[in-house]
Amino acid sequence: MNDRIPGFATLAVHAGAQPDPTTGARATPIYQTTSFVFNDSDHAASLFGLQSFGNIYTRITNPTTSVLEERVAALEGGTAALATASGHAAQVVAFQQLLRPGDEFIASRKLYGGSINQFTHAFKSFGWNVVWADSDDIASFERAVTPHTKAIFIESIANPGGSITDIEAISAVARQAGVPLIVDNTLATPYLIRPIDHGADIVIHSLTKFLGGHGNSLGGIIVDAGTFDWSKDNKYPMLSEPRPEYHGIKLQETFGNFAFAIACRVLGLRDLGPALSPFNAFMIMTGIETLPLRMQRHCENAKAVAEFLSAHPAVAAVNYAGLTSSPYYTLARKYAPKGAGAVFTFSLKGGYEAGVSLVSNLKLFSHLANVGDTRSLVIHPASTTHSQLDDDAKTRSGAGPDVVRLSIGIEDKEDLIADLEQALSA
Amino acid sequence: MNHDHYNDTWIREILNTVKTVAMIGASPQNVRPSYFVFKYLAERGYDMIPINPGQVGKSLIGKSFVASLREIDRPIDMIDIFRNADHIMPIIDDALTLNPLPKVIWMQLGVRNDEAAKKAEAAGIKVVMNRCPKIEYGRLSSEISWMGVNSRTLSSKRAPIPTQGMRLSLNRASVGGGGTDAADRAAKNKNDAV
Repeated sequence: MNDRIPGFATLAVHAGAQPDPTTGARATPIYQTTSFVFNDSDHAASLFGLQSFGNIYTRITNPTTSVLEERVAALEGGTAALATASGHAAQVVAFQQLLRPGDEFIASRKLYGGSINQFTHAFKSFGWNVVWADSDDIASFERAVTPHTKAIFIESIANPGGSITDIEAISAVARQAGVPLIVDNTLATPYLIRPIDHGADIVIHSLTKFLGGHGNSLGGIIVDAGTFDWSKDNKYPMLSEPRPEYHGIKLQETFGNFAFAIACRVLGLRDLGPALSPFNAFMIMTGIETLPLRMQRHCENAKAVAEFLSAHPAVAAVNYAGLTSSPYYTLARKYAPKGAGAVFTFSLKGGYEAGVSLVSNLKLFSHLANVGDTRSLVIHPASTTHSQLDDDAKTRSGAGPDVVRLSIGIEDKEDLIADLEQALSA
Repeated sequence: MNHDHYNDTWIREILNTVKTVAMIGASPQNVRPSYFVFKYLAERGYDMIPINPGQVGKSLIGKSFVASLREIDRPIDMIDIFRNADHIMPIIDDALTLNPLPKVIWMQLGVRNDEAAKKAEAAGIKVVMNRCPKIEYGRLSSEISWMGVNSRTLSSKRAPIPTQGMRLSLNRASVGGGGTDAADRAAKNKNDAV
């Protein structure tokens, strides 16, 4: 097997995992330990100084979590990855390596409501300033670039509206501005879209969603594409300048094309602390083994449900990029030919009240604030995930008052359609 | 020889066959990459020789510094160079006067000089550029996976019992650079722009 490139499903099962050297265990053991013994004081010093590869403390590295990290890095086509306690934690850790107080980053307005809140409020208290742009209008990103811009942030498939972002066009803006493009790939997963193939420099996930896939474990991850030259000018001192925390080591010089992932680990995770539990890492990597099978089913079901809804007399509109009527259909064909994901919104002719009534009449769909579960889920974003936005911002992010969001699971599609049908006619 | 990308098989063969490695630009400062690459390779059984004319009379983890390649008393399998691209050609010229010739000339991360590489290759020497032997060894042995790095290797075989806390076998099936094309392209574009 000389330099044969394995397929996606093979990597989903095998990447990062090798039978345990001590016991021969084939499934990756859960190394539920806080700390790891040193061979001697010289070994300890070389680990603390980043001179040797190895484990010190589970806040920084853990042999269970590292299997998950390598697996996601392999699936995304990145050079390395760093897991965190949640998707939100991944964003804080990634931006900490890029931004100083007073810096700016440009973000698409079409984002998960939690990200909009984090960028608007929490980040502002760090002096990190978000500048909003419209992912349907590439020029709005160009206009937003200033000398303080340090990064551009988008979602590949945007939550909640299910719209598809033109990653390559925005990547060109980022390249022109000399800043990295960060893509949140949570709703697509690398099975549907690999943003690095389209010019992303950093990929972020909430592992809680389709990657873990079973609605049982929180997690987040940052994938380093290995594409960005952090030393080109002096804009990213965390990567290009001698680090006082590590006796003057320069991370890009030392770690080359996975320096960003190392910075997130040894400057971000070490000092901010949102490490993933090894148990959650185990649950999530077990989920990833079936990612290709689940995503095929999620997408097949989502398309069937979207087609059913768009033909239903009580439905005003269905926003699913997999439908030929969608304004995002062409982008979906280009970026996600295997399927447009399984999270989308629709609106009812009966407006807000009809939406509330639908949610309460559903028997199989669960009313909760998550997506990407094996189970089908429903929520009214305007009163929940996007409730802290004003009405304009709600509508701009695809969460207007008449909108209902579905996350389609892997049940029998006939049962999902029957449940919607009875709830719509109840 | 295409230096934008190296097959894992090729890198593995180099790391499995060379024994004596002379490191040009080895630093006694323990925060410099040359110091800990030197130490790492010595710990993995390579016969390491530090070259740094400013440090003659001193030693690096017990190995005496020498001033130049010509002062080494035994055949050298590989020369690992920690100098920037402008300083490579005179080193190649020096290396070509050795008898026997070195088998491999390795230039560190960020260092690439195609003209010098051609000259060495014309004499039958293998050349690796813009790579780190510590990272490549760690990657191919999967030891580097502990840092969440994509080793681009797979194995269904039980790993050998770690010695000194390290996983050491290089004999893993290789994924051969599939998967990080974007990083390889970026490195090539950076080089083209220089």
